[in-house]
Amino acid sequence: MGFRGTAIWSAVPFQGRGVVIPSPLESVSLSVVIFLVTAAAAPLLKSRQASLINIAFSASAIASVIAAFAGFNAVATGAVETMVLPVGLPDLPFYLRLDATSGFFVTVTAVLVFFVSIYSIGYLKGFIGHPAGLAGQRKVTSLAVFYCLFVAGMLMVVLADDAYFFMISWELMAAASYFLVVFEDENKEARRAAFIYLLIAHVGAILILLSFGVMAGLSGGFENFNGYTFSAMRASHIPGVWKAAAFFLSFFGFAAKAGVVPLHVWLPEAHPVAPTNVSALMSGVMLKVAVYGMVRVSFDLLHVSDWRMGGVVLVMGLVSAVMGILYALMQVDLKRLLAYSSIENVGIILVCLGLAMIFKSFDMTALASLSLVAGLYHITNHAMFKGLLFMGAGAVMHSTHERNMERMGGLIHRMPQTAVFFLVGCLSISALPPFNGFVSEWLLFQAFLLSPSFPTPLLNLIIPLGAALVALTAALSARCFVKVFGVVFLGRWRGQHDTTVNETGLEMRGAMGFAAFACLALGLLPVFFIGWIDAIPRELVGGRVSETASEFGWLWLTPVAAERASYSAPVVFAGILAVVAAAYLLTRIPRAGVRRAPVWDCGFEKITPRMQYNSTSFAMPLRRIFGFLLSVRETVRPSGADPAFPKRLTYRLKIRDRIWHGCYMPVADASFWIARRFGRLQHGRIQIYLLYSFATLILLLVFA
Amino acid sequence: MTGQFYPAIIEGVQVATVLLAAPLLVGWVRALKCWSQGRSTAGLFQPYRDILRLFSKDIVLAENASWVFRAAPYVVFGATLMAGAIIPVISVKAPLAATADVIALVALFAIARFFTALAGMDAGTAFGGMGSSREMMVASLAEPALLMSVFTVSLVTRSTSITEMVRVLSTGPFVLRPSLAFAFLSFAIIAMAETGRVPVDNPSTHLELTMIHEAMILEYSGRHLALMEWAGMMKLFLFSSLAIALFFPWGIAGMGGWLAGTAGLAGLPAAFFFLALKLALAGVAIVFVETGLAKMRIFRVPEFLGTAFILATLGMLSYFMLE
Amino acid sequence: MENGFAAQITGVLAALILLTAFALLVQRRIYGLLHIFAWQGLFLSISAAVVGYSTGLRHLYISSALTLALKVFALPYILYVLIHRLKIQKEVEEVVNIPTTMLIGIALVIFSYHLTSPVRELSTLMTRSTLAVALATVMLGLLMMITRRNAVTQIIGFLSLENGLFFAATSATYGMPLVVELGVALDILIAAFIFGIFFFQIRTTFDSLDIKEMEKLKEED
Repeated sequence: MGFRGTAIWSAVPFQGRGVVIPSPLESVSLSVVIFLVTAAAAPLLKSRQASLINIAFSASAIASVIAAFAGFNAVATGAVETMVLPVGLPDLPFYLRLDATSGFFVTVTAVLVFFVSIYSIGYLKGFIGHPAGLAGQRKVTSLAVFYCLFVAGMLMVVLADDAYFFMISWELMAAASYFLVVFEDENKEARRAAFIYLLIAHVGAILILLSFGVMAGLSGGFENFNGYTFSAMRASHIPGVWKAAAFFLSFFGFAAKAGVVPLHVWLPEAHPVAPTNVSALMSGVMLKVAVYGMVRVSFDLLHVSDWRMGGVVLVMGLVSAVMGILYALMQVDLKRLLAYSSIENVGIILVCLGLAMIFKSFDMTALASLSLVAGLYHITNHAMFKGLLFMGAGAVMHSTHERNMERMGGLIHRMPQTAVFFLVGCLSISALPPFNGFVSEWLLFQAFLLSPSFPTPLLNLIIPLGAALVALTAALSARCFVKVFGVVFLGRWRGQHDTTVNETGLEMRGAMGFAAFACLALGLLPVFFIGWIDAIPRELVGGRVSETASEFGWLWLTPVAAERASYSAPVVFAGILAVVAAAYLLTRIPRAGVRRAPVWDCGFEKITPRMQYNSTSFAMPLRRIFGFLLSVRETVRPSGADPAFPKRLTYRLKIRDRIWHGCYMPVADASFWIARRFGRLQHGRIQIYLLYSFATLILLLVFA
Repeated sequence: MTGQFYPAIIEGVQVATVLLAAPLLVGWVRALKCWSQGRSTAGLFQPYRDILRLFSKDIVLAENASWVFRAAPYVVFGATLMAGAIIPVISVKAPLAATADVIALVALFAIARFFTALAGMDAGTAFGGMGSSREMMVASLAEPALLMSVFTVSLVTRSTSITEMVRVLSTGPFVLRPSLAFAFLSFAIIAMAETGRVPVDNPSTHLELTMIHEAMILEYSGRHLALMEWAGMMKLFLFSSLAIALFFPWGIAGMGGWLAGTAGLAGLPAAFFFLALKLALAGVAIVFVETGLAKMRIFRVPEFLGTAFILATLGMLSYFMLE
Repeated sequence: MENGFAAQITGVLAALILLTAFALLVQRRIYGLLHIFAWQGLFLSISAAVVGYSTGLRHLYISSALTLALKVFALPYILYVLIHRLKIQKEVEEVVNIPTTMLIGIALVIFSYHLTSPVRELSTLMTRSTLAVALATVMLGLLMMITRRNAVTQIIGFLSLENGLFFAATSATYGMPLVVELGVALDILIAAFIFGIFFFQIRTTFDSLDIKEMEKLKEED
């Protein structure tokens, strides 16, 4: 029956042999405190960078292990634990709460932070050690400080049980990540990206704040602060229109942070310029913290019960998924590609959540919990494989000093182990069995296939078309990651210089190995995982999946019923392995030799690495098919006397984000225009400024 | 007493059937094609001779081929054969059938495709990359259509498990279902695309601008090539069997109907007979289509697959509207 | 059971009519369009006959025979002769972005399903479920007239729209009164002749059948 009821620690603190074993909430708080203390203490080691890296990141690894175990335990027991901290403003203490949902997000965050902290130890040595490091020699003190603050902020957001603490933690997370993005601040691109990031993060934060305002006001009255705790919001019944207002405010607020199209523009700018360990965390878990906000507000606080809200979430998710992966396919910058792929995955998570909301509004709790479980599964999966892929991308950049895929190739020979781990990440994200990405996608398809039981005929007709879009997304992402692996690791080196490309250090490989193992384990043993998170769907939608899912033991996953659908990753894995082994041995019986020879290529002899398909040419067919969705400008200019026999061809390709130019530039232009108009009020003469104040005062006195 | 081994025996028989009959189907299609074009054939068994000859030949590896290139044929072969163990080709009683439902089955083919495409890029040639790029384009457009087609069948049968689909379709009362007809047409188009048959790809060409699958496996030789070719033949066989199972399941053993009635092994001979009959007809249909159509330009393929998608969607709509 | 089987057959025929409506949307060649149009008429005629047989309404046989004569043989023949005389058989029309057109078509089908769902719940007729298909055929015919540029294909779109109306009448009320149907049939036939004359006029005036030329027929500023 999975992990239900098997608690590693007791939920209640008890005294045993003089040792106080802390409860899960206390442990997570302890881990937050370790992060905060590390952040505070890091500047003390400023002069000794190497030991700073070792100590700070070992401390965060340990803290994240503590948090991971505590979160794991909280989910497994399904117990709810609360705490009130008498800090903050008078009469407004901080409320903390750890239930299964927050425990789940704590675990996912902490596990990835653990991997990334180990990775960082190796990765950051590149900044301080060699003069030819990634960006030359530079101090990493600020990186260590804000890294710890960032993680602490994320954990605090998940623990918060009142709007006040939530917003403080949210801002801590946003501010710390801003400083991490702008870490390489001599870079103009980084400053610009960080500015856009900060701007959109704040627009989002305002929306969230307004949403909390609506909920707090309607639950405890607008005159006092009684409604600011989540428990007050949870207990109140908010009338329909206000509920919709609160829902959409918070949804778009969180969507800005989660990178949902059309609020995604900061994401592909900020992820590539941040140090890679930070991008791994931002993509792997920070987006999930935003998703946590959506889950918390819509399922727990607002009890969403209108299918149209779920419909909006579903449609936004589908749009993000398709647009995200299409843009990802067009990228040549490895990290930018991964960033766009994160948009796609957040889209898929939103599709799951939207379906869960729709099912819930029709009181189909079993199906709602199936979609919710698919979403939670995908959250975990994405954290693991995207963390892995970002770490792999960091390793590649670390070795090649290159972000552009057009100048890579053949790295599998230089970095064999990184290549294996990266391949695992690619297989997982492409939703191929027996890895983890497939399980969540399969569960989502099952939920989609059960949608025709809605009482509304129109929904029955339209929702399956969403499944087709998800299938398109999955297929396109397989294509995208064939491209990434093929161009970066296979083929021959395309770059100019061919000097020092070596395998990365042990810490980095170890971290990637852990993440790759997690991808495989999550893919092979879904029944355990679903058993573990069983408390969450019970808590949020009042249904459960684990009983039917594990009906036939841990080997078979049967989410609804055995005759409806079944999937067994271990058998698939073992079966393929067995056939591969048998084929390998049997084909050796006829004694045939193996020899190496130059590439044949249909007898073409003068082949050079420049003739390989590269990232741009690999994406060309889709650029042609889906070009109308993107804004593609492609020009070929021959030069030379005779255009029929050009001496040189100049090829230019410009792919722009349509949304940036369609939605954001007009707004930016308009605000500049307005700002210039207001600028006229500025005269530099103090009397005129006093006149403004005086006029304002008079106006207020007249109208107040 | 021996009854408890029946499932294992059935599974073994089925896997052996997939392995051994796949080249025969390809031989049949080639022979039919030759006859239809007035050429003399190389015989039904030429594919066997090809594979056997390749197994005993030396391997010539490209200089910079990595382990991905060497491992890909085994993985492709393994994933395809695994799919063969799951589809109810002759009987629904195969124990491995519950390993994967139809969605997971599609993903098994996707593994094979993923590794073939990687292998195509490994040697670092222009042809290999071109093949991979095109193959993945075709696949990414075929997949949504395939899902919609399968989805329509699963609406009718209320299941995605293939054996359950077969059971419901072949034991229920006979009903005229336009939805299934649409789904079948769509499936047929996708199967032509996925198995690299004529309007999309040409299995017998080495003209650089027309090939997709061949371009990816251009650098292979010896047993690697044999495994790739064999897996390709099995893929054709399996897509045909899948079409049979989803749309014409009558005669598959183990259902307890009036055809091939009894459980256990007794129904197998009849099942073999029906399978051979249906596959022979499938071969005729393939040759009919391939002779009638010309290979299309690569950028006509999206339209072709778009048609498949629309057909599958129409099938789904007509399920809701007309049934 | 008898009635149930007839309902199944009309369902299949409705699906085929929908399929031909989509085929008309995507077909590029003019002769291909004619064939598809003839098939649509055939399915329509069979379906009228089946409904007539299972409900015992005689006049539906006459409509069926009329449809067969007019829409399967006469009209396609007239159009064939026209195309032959106008020498446009080689013309392969450029259709605006086929996948988009098809997706719009799917949306129209869903829309008409949504529109007819109240009728479906009230009606007790055997053919009530085909009403959505009939409405969809009308809309697809209109869509075809909007997206095509050649005058002949526009006429085919118009005729297919009329097929949809006829089908709607069959499925909603087991056909219109015979007098009305005869009148409509005559109208269609006469319309076809008038179209023919117009085509020649257009042809001699503009030297082309592309209706883009008609854009010149506006008042100059």
